[in-house]
Amino acid sequence: MSSFIKPKIRRKNEPVNDLGLIRSDYDGAMSTLCAGCGHDSVTAAMGRAFFELSIEPHRAVKVSGIGCSSKTTSYFLKEAHGNNTVHGRMPSVATGAFAANADLTYIGVSGDGDSLSIGVGQLIHAMRRNVNMLYVLENNGVYGLTKGQFSAAADIGSTAKKGAVNQLPPIDPVALAMSVGASFVARGFSGDREQLVPLIKAGLMHKGFGLIDVISPCVSFNDHKGSTKSYEHTYKYYHKSVHADYVPPSKEIKAAYDDGKTMDVELHDGGTIRLRKTDKDYDPTNREHAMKRIMASGGSDEVLTGLLFIDEQQPDLHQRKNMEDRPLNEIPYAELNPGAAALKELQKGFR
Amino acid sequence: MKPTDTANPDYFHKVVDCQWACPAHTPVPAYIRLIAQGRYSDAYMLNRESNVFPGVLGRVCDRPCEPACRRTRVEEDPVAICRLKRVAADHRDDITDRLPKKPKTTNGKKIALIGAGPASFTVANDLAPMGYECTIFEKFGKPGGLMRSNIPAFRLPESVLMEEIGYILDMGVDLKLNTPVESMSWLYEQGYDAIFVGTGAPKGKDLNLDGRAETSNIHIGIDWLESVAFDHTDKIGENVIIIGVGNTAMDCCRTSLRLGAKNVKVMARKPRAFFKASPWELEDAEEEDVNILINHSPKSFVHENGKLTGMVFENIEYDIDDNGKIVGQEVVGETLIPCDDVILAIGQDNAFPWIERDAGIEFDKWDVPVVDKTTFESTRKGVFFGGDAAFGPLNIIWAVEHGHQAAISIHKHCQGTDLMDRTPDEITLESTKMGMNEWRYSNAYDSSERREMEHVDMVKRFQKLDTEVELGFTAEQFATEVQRCLNCDVHTVFEPKLCEECDACIDICPVECLAIVPHAETEAELRADLTVSEKVEGQDLYVSGDLPLTGRIMIKDENVCLHCGLCAERCPTSAWDMAEGILEIHHADEQEPAHAEAAE
Repeated sequence: MSSFIKPKIRRKNEPVNDLGLIRSDYDGAMSTLCAGCGHDSVTAAMGRAFFELSIEPHRAVKVSGIGCSSKTTSYFLKEAHGNNTVHGRMPSVATGAFAANADLTYIGVSGDGDSLSIGVGQLIHAMRRNVNMLYVLENNGVYGLTKGQFSAAADIGSTAKKGAVNQLPPIDPVALAMSVGASFVARGFSGDREQLVPLIKAGLMHKGFGLIDVISPCVSFNDHKGSTKSYEHTYKYYHKSVHADYVPPSKEIKAAYDDGKTMDVELHDGGTIRLRKTDKDYDPTNREHAMKRIMASGGSDEVLTGLLFIDEQQPDLHQRKNMEDRPLNEIPYAELNPGAAALKELQKGFR
Repeated sequence: MKPTDTANPDYFHKVVDCQWACPAHTPVPAYIRLIAQGRYSDAYMLNRESNVFPGVLGRVCDRPCEPACRRTRVEEDPVAICRLKRVAADHRDDITDRLPKKPKTTNGKKIALIGAGPASFTVANDLAPMGYECTIFEKFGKPGGLMRSNIPAFRLPESVLMEEIGYILDMGVDLKLNTPVESMSWLYEQGYDAIFVGTGAPKGKDLNLDGRAETSNIHIGIDWLESVAFDHTDKIGENVIIIGVGNTAMDCCRTSLRLGAKNVKVMARKPRAFFKASPWELEDAEEEDVNILINHSPKSFVHENGKLTGMVFENIEYDIDDNGKIVGQEVVGETLIPCDDVILAIGQDNAFPWIERDAGIEFDKWDVPVVDKTTFESTRKGVFFGGDAAFGPLNIIWAVEHGHQAAISIHKHCQGTDLMDRTPDEITLESTKMGMNEWRYSNAYDSSERREMEHVDMVKRFQKLDTEVELGFTAEQFATEVQRCLNCDVHTVFEPKLCEECDACIDICPVECLAIVPHAETEAELRADLTVSEKVEGQDLYVSGDLPLTGRIMIKDENVCLHCGLCAERCPTSAWDMAEGILEIHHADEQEPAHAEAAE
């Protein structure tokens, strides 16, 4: 916590987005996290992504569970809707909210504890249902809020601050997402906003469930020698595989790329995700191929990052379940609630 | 790009925009903090070290600091620096025992100072306590120079001026009033070890148009103000025209109103954007119902039987381009404006009729003496110039700085050392960290707007010529105004080897002036990563050394930093610190090698 609230300053030549808003219009309350927490950088990246996409803050929904990461929904987009849910239950609440109103932009923020231990079942089902939301998993390999126990994401052999060695295998959220059919799977690092901001933008514009596993070091309990989620370790073994840039429909520039390093993925809104690949042979639109690459890096020191898989064709929850397109709050009451007689009629069908 | 050399004292000095802009480099944020703490005497003494006349300058300084103030980057108005200086002066206790005393013995060196204005008094202030015997020659019966003769008493009360002059006279300075120096050659024969000329720019410009020679009631602005100051003039006609729109014109029109004028017009040749007067002086004049007419170029004086009856002006229309530059003009008509008096305030020149042209002082083609810009020495060894006498009309604060520099030169001249071997400025940095998120300066950003100065009411202020118009800030006003200062002298000091690139500082910065970027060849390439990337002239980009984890570098745009310290508060490794920079400027008494103490 800082000694005073970050003031809202308007500089000369302050950049504005298409709505005429400035970057600080996308800020929230002051962070109470430890100074240097990776989560604060992720928060800043999310704010910037919403700003650059010119999403009206009141048309966004922030949902989270419990934990340091889950607190961060307070720290950006103060005008947005939001819900801090019960521990690990954020995906269900998000699914329900999305069912009621598919017109809003949904972002879930959670951590490796909330997502991979208590909430792992919830996460898996949101992914397989392909709920149209972006799920940002701030992964520091440790339970920071309870002072530093290993989380389910801690690597074998990594040590706790006091020296204890982790012996249980980690859950890799990226591999998990691939195996249950998530349609947008990425990994980022809080220290690389150049990569992370475009990834968040692409994830928000992708139709379907997007998971970004963000390595987000815990400065207080997991930033020491022996940690595999520290700033030092991540910077050292960081590998950028596929950079993703979201290109809005209006700004699309068709260019011929035949070097095999660049490829475009068309989105439902008419925009494009332009992929720039460091590994020429990597194909992030092929699940089997991507899975192989992801598994190959598992267990090694390599921190494989970028947009690792995308499938824009997979129907989302609304399409698959043939649900009402209109938000429920826009449907006239008589239609929304046709009355007891109609209910009786419906119930007959189940007898 | 190479890392920024922050060891160069100019680097951090430049960040303190007000101090950098002040000719005498007054440590503005430091004295504002003292005012905030209620330490008015300390604030006054700190001011006095650099600007010598805080009470005077707190009223009538030209304020080069205020347009430079960092506050103008985030809002319209700068901190009211000048008015806060007056707060220090108004609320100080008796500080006489904190001033240098008259030395018990002298060092035997005699210095002649010509003209009892701000430049000469500053030289005397610096040299007298060191044991120099300073004699000031003044042609008038009262000291002050331009501060007395050209600045009306309703802006600067005589008591304020005399008190601060008194401090210097009490250091054992000999003031010879009513003693004009009429010959430089004569002065050479009087056995002085050095001579300082601080006689100002005493010759007001005339306007030789048709009718000028045939009529009376046309006055030269600075001469007229002088005769009012010395009680030789106490009335003027009802209808007065002022020609010119600089600060002297503002003093002339407001003085006219106090001497019986009912209808005062200030005639400007060009549009408002080209006015030379300070904005606040224009405001104060217009508050008193002075009428400023633009685009009127003087053509002739109209008179009947030798008596002035009016002036004819050409009405000009200007073509102004997109950059605001005049690219063409056209006379579109003529206007006759009736009047009883005309005051010419169109500039002033240096004049040295009393310096013989064979006195060993070289004069240039404009007939002004050739003066060295560093040493203030003329082409004759031991003769120095300062204030308006050196390079033409500037202002009081420049005169003070000239005085300090000339004093250094005179000291070196008298000690037989090299005039150019001047002790350079130094800066010391002291951390302001008191504990977790605690600093010994008020770092929180205060969004209050500039306080408005209260003025004496309209009826009362015209009753007496010397009723000071500005009332000074109230306690409530200055309590707020001090918090508007951004403490630019508390610097963001970065230690690259401690940084672990968590980006916390970048994310918290309210003006997004930081970035961690890969190396690049040019500043423009580095700046591309800042959200507001344009370079502002005179403002630096800080470039750090290599960061240990990635070899990238931290950059910081000094232009927009608010010195709020949030970067340092959010830094987990204390790679950022907020350190107060104390600039040490060495006046005559601190020149190395240390000169033997004469006062003992």
